[in-house]
Amino acid sequence: MSVTLDIRLKRANKVYHEGETVAGVILLVCREALQHHGITLSMEGLVNLQLSSKSVGVFEAFYNSVKPIQLISSNIEVAKAGKVPAGKTEIPFEFPLNTKGNKVLYETYHGVFVNIQYTLRCDMKRSLLAKDLSRNCEFIVHSQPQKAKVVPTPVNFTITPDTLQNIRERTALPKFLIRGHLDATNCVISQPLTGEVVVENSDVPIKSIELQLVRVETCGCAEGYARDATEIQNIQIAEGDVCHSLAIPIYMVFPRLFTCPTLETTNFKVEFEVNIVIVLHDDHLITENFPLKLCRV
Amino acid sequence: MAAVQWRSRGRNYDAELQRCRPEAALVEFGDYHPLKPIMVTDTKTRRGTRKGSTSSSSSSSSSAPADPLSSMLDGTDPLSMFAAASASEAPAMSHSVSAGDLGRKKREKEEEVVGADFEPWSSKRGEILARFTTTEKLSINLCMGSDKGKAPSPGSAVSEKVRTRLEELDDLEEGSQRELLNLSQQDYANRIEELNQSLKEAWASDQKVRALKIVIQCSKLLSDTSVIQFYPSKFVLITDILDTFGRLVYDRIWTMCSDPRPLPDSFTVDDVNDTAKETCLNWFFKIASIRELLPRLYVEAAILKCNRFLNKSGIQETLPRLTAMIRGIGDPLVAAYTRAYLCRVGMEVAPHLKDSLNRNFFDLLGTFRQISGDSVQNQLVLQRVEVPEYLTLYSPAINWILQCIAYRAPELLLTEMMDRCKKLGNNALLLNSVMRAFRPEFVAARATDFIGMIKDCDEAGFPKHLLFGSLGRSLACADPPESERLTILNEAWKVVTKVRNPQDYVNCAEIWVEFTCRHFTKREVNTVLADIIKHMTPDRAFEDAYPQLQSVIRKILTYFHDFSLLFSMERFLPFLDMFQKDSVRVEVCRSIMEVFIKHQVEPTRDPVILNAMLHICKTMHDSVNALTLDDEKRSLALLIIGFIRMVSFGRDFEQQLSFCVEARATFCNLEPVLVQLIHTVNQLAMETSTVMRGSHSRKTAAFVRACAAYSFITIPSLSSIFSRLSLYLLSGQVALANQCLSQADAFLKAAVSILPEVPRSISVEGKLRSSESFLLDFINNFLATLLVVPDHPEHGVLYLVRGLLNMVQDYTWEDNSDAKVRVYVSALPLLAAMSQETYLYSIPKVDSNETLYGGDPKFLSEINKLCETLIGQILDHLKALGRDEQSTRRQCALAFSLFGVLLAHGDLRNNKLSQLAVNLWNLSHKHGYCETRISVRTLEYIKHQAHLPDMTHLTDTVQRLALQSRT
Repeated sequence: MSVTLDIRLKRANKVYHEGETVAGVILLVCREALQHHGITLSMEGLVNLQLSSKSVGVFEAFYNSVKPIQLISSNIEVAKAGKVPAGKTEIPFEFPLNTKGNKVLYETYHGVFVNIQYTLRCDMKRSLLAKDLSRNCEFIVHSQPQKAKVVPTPVNFTITPDTLQNIRERTALPKFLIRGHLDATNCVISQPLTGEVVVENSDVPIKSIELQLVRVETCGCAEGYARDATEIQNIQIAEGDVCHSLAIPIYMVFPRLFTCPTLETTNFKVEFEVNIVIVLHDDHLITENFPLKLCRV
Repeated sequence: MAAVQWRSRGRNYDAELQRCRPEAALVEFGDYHPLKPIMVTDTKTRRGTRKGSTSSSSSSSSSAPADPLSSMLDGTDPLSMFAAASASEAPAMSHSVSAGDLGRKKREKEEEVVGADFEPWSSKRGEILARFTTTEKLSINLCMGSDKGKAPSPGSAVSEKVRTRLEELDDLEEGSQRELLNLSQQDYANRIEELNQSLKEAWASDQKVRALKIVIQCSKLLSDTSVIQFYPSKFVLITDILDTFGRLVYDRIWTMCSDPRPLPDSFTVDDVNDTAKETCLNWFFKIASIRELLPRLYVEAAILKCNRFLNKSGIQETLPRLTAMIRGIGDPLVAAYTRAYLCRVGMEVAPHLKDSLNRNFFDLLGTFRQISGDSVQNQLVLQRVEVPEYLTLYSPAINWILQCIAYRAPELLLTEMMDRCKKLGNNALLLNSVMRAFRPEFVAARATDFIGMIKDCDEAGFPKHLLFGSLGRSLACADPPESERLTILNEAWKVVTKVRNPQDYVNCAEIWVEFTCRHFTKREVNTVLADIIKHMTPDRAFEDAYPQLQSVIRKILTYFHDFSLLFSMERFLPFLDMFQKDSVRVEVCRSIMEVFIKHQVEPTRDPVILNAMLHICKTMHDSVNALTLDDEKRSLALLIIGFIRMVSFGRDFEQQLSFCVEARATFCNLEPVLVQLIHTVNQLAMETSTVMRGSHSRKTAAFVRACAAYSFITIPSLSSIFSRLSLYLLSGQVALANQCLSQADAFLKAAVSILPEVPRSISVEGKLRSSESFLLDFINNFLATLLVVPDHPEHGVLYLVRGLLNMVQDYTWEDNSDAKVRVYVSALPLLAAMSQETYLYSIPKVDSNETLYGGDPKFLSEINKLCETLIGQILDHLKALGRDEQSTRRQCALAFSLFGVLLAHGDLRNNKLSQLAVNLWNLSHKHGYCETRISVRTLEYIKHQAHLPDMTHLTDTVQRLALQSRT
């Protein structure tokens, strides 16, 4: 006897905001009538924090995972113990997305050390002989748009051998001059990061120019806090020996789920940075770092 | 049965004709007649005016032409209507098969933008693949699943769907990093095709991630410029895959929206449901996170069309962005082709967005200096590729971009483009592309400018003959100002003639021939031909250039239809002599002949044309050998016949005859030609007779005898027995008509004598068929002629008829066939006609047997005896048929036909004969196979005949003819 249990949300993109109602149906498909001991549905929003082994040692990282922070939680009983008729059964449900007290619904974010996730879970209890059925379904929460006006704060940059830090042998460095600008360092998350980079000249041919999007996650705990930067994605914007003094566009779409508006709470922080990485043909790596502030409007 | 006595019925043909005529006129106007068109009759020409002008069958007032067949076809020919409909439909079909009516308007609007005059990519494809080839070994480096950026960190809790996708991805990673080395070009193309297939399979089995990976890997291959000569072809192969992918994605999203009813073609964003939008958005996010630049560009360009599902301005915003992103590609060749692809997609999806096309071109110009940069030069040295060759690799891409830009572009824009090229120091490569892509009219109007620019180009980069080739191509389609034409030709030819390499030379010269033919006279063309001969003869260079030389001939033939002019060109025939490979030679001759037949309207006697044409035809004829296919022979023969029909020496008949003699000697291997020659000669004889108004002088009589002799000796050389037979008969008739009695006799005798040779089956259109029906037809025809052939004074009475009948008797007919008896039955009317006092027809100035014998009773009794023998034979046969149950049907048919002959030609006053007729009637009705309708008709006819003055005896007979009703 096969039964499938599924949760279908009304919105195709599964995106909800605080104050809205998460609506959908529980879909039950079975060939014969099905006996059960009750169907429940729960909604939960959690922040999972994990300490990186780098900053606090392996064991602490293993044991000391910070307790998850619950943002929202509610439960409803969809059906009392009984029978589901054969065929397709749809049970509609609605959850208001409201927080208790002064809690805020952070935006969904999938990171390495910080995860903010909202799930719906449907359980069907059954008799001893049959296995209980359950189904998870993630939905996405977008935080409330920022009220203050976003000031783009563009930034210009010039990279020459002289502007670099962290170099071992300044003399071995070939000559180059790279200019450019980012249209904004205060970015709207739904809009791409844009700008331009111009290779004015370079003694050694360029191999590649890349944009590296980096998340900086900070978790606070009893012993202090851990701050880790990891790469989200790396996008190549130039390949090979590009034409000199021709503006190459900088363009990167912020990936969904892996980015969220810059977040700063008492327990953890999620920040973003972008690196412009220039690889020269002799494998010199030149990186210019720009902190970004993401927001939603 | 032997006691049948034949008496032919006396006929008065004139009276019978008279009797028939008024009856024909008796048809009332309003009467039904199957051939009468439903129409208002023309009141002026018809006699029926006084009766009122409308036909009773219909009052429709259409004034259709009188011919019912042509009236059917008037204006509403269903085939041409279909053709017209499908022609207008065809471009629309390619758009979307399942398009609704709503979309039609939109589609039409789109077609306004890209019409049929835009040369589509598909036509360029093959050309590029054929042109850019390599013998070097290629490699494909596919490493599935190496883009780190795409894989989300596995530490997080991911939904099941994502997990399965990740697993799928891992699958691919294991052992999927593979490099295929040492591939030949064909292997490479096959591999790519395999990838194309696996893309489709992956898509069909819902492995979307895998499909995307394949596409990404493929487009990654485009950044590899090793074996650079092959790059354009590689581009073609790989963009095919991208096109497939783009189509798959678009179609899938489109079908997602087609519930409940399919999306109209002109849909807007509001018609698209959320799920479809979300899926589409997902694709774009996925592609935006592709690590490498080139795949990201290509794949996004491939699904550019999907932007329509998301928002109105998507395409409009994406195109300029992608255009700008291409700047990031360092290799100028790779970048140029990426631009070409973007333009191609852009033209397909949003042809109205011209700006990004221009932007692309300007960027391209901007990066041109890279070609001379170190990176490129180093690469060329490494791959041992010369700069000119490298530059030609660009042309397909640049040509395409410029073609997109130039398509229906205003003059101003083109001028601007030209100026920009000029500013770049008359870069030859660009100039070449400009000339090829811009409208020929535009180029032609500035031809002198272009020549100047070409001259200013530096020789090192791009060969000048290619530039002149491109210019020539434009000038072949559009005319430069009249005053400049000669200068242009001189300037161009000055360069062309200096090209050393014969292959390059002929490629360029071939193009300029068209311009020369178009605007100049035979003198200039002759000069050009002389120059080509001069260049191509050394070292037999022409052997490698047959296609080009053939095209030269074709072009000349397009413009010169006056063959006397053509052949008076001194160099034309020497030019033809360069075609020394047989097949090509024949091909060329054939094309000349085709044009000749099409355009030579008047018959000619011009010795120049005749000589040249004979030479050409002889070439074609001499190419025929034992291995030549029948179809080939037939078409060659048709062409030669076409020529022979065009030869006329007017009143100089003897010359014409001697031409035929010569032609016979020349074309002896092609039977259809010989047949035509015999026809020509026969016609010649008849023309002579017409000129002499039927009475020949001594000279003309000798001439027509010569004609007859010609036919007589030509016919035996034919192998087809039926052509021989019919030509003997025809020539015999012609000889008779020209009072050459002995010749006619000889022809007919010859025909009779070869009758036994007729095989029982012949091949008709490749199938073996019984020859019986053909033979019967021929014999009937022959019999009809025999009526007027006078008996030979030295041979006995009815020598030929007897001879024929003997042959018929001895001939081995098919088993179970009535053919022989049918011949006998049909011989009876002839004999009856021969026994009349005046014959039904005669030949002027030839005395037939009627005059020779003057109704001599001996002659008549001879005829009667013959008839009796025949009837005896027929009756014997009927008896034999009666023995067998199965053949009763044949017996009945045969009996009825003999009855018919007796009725029409026999004198039924004779009791025995009338008894025989009655018996035959009964025999034919014995088994009930006779068709009642025909029997009734026949009876009616007999009754009708019986009313006539001297036919009253039929009344008796008719009473004895019983009609059997079928039960």
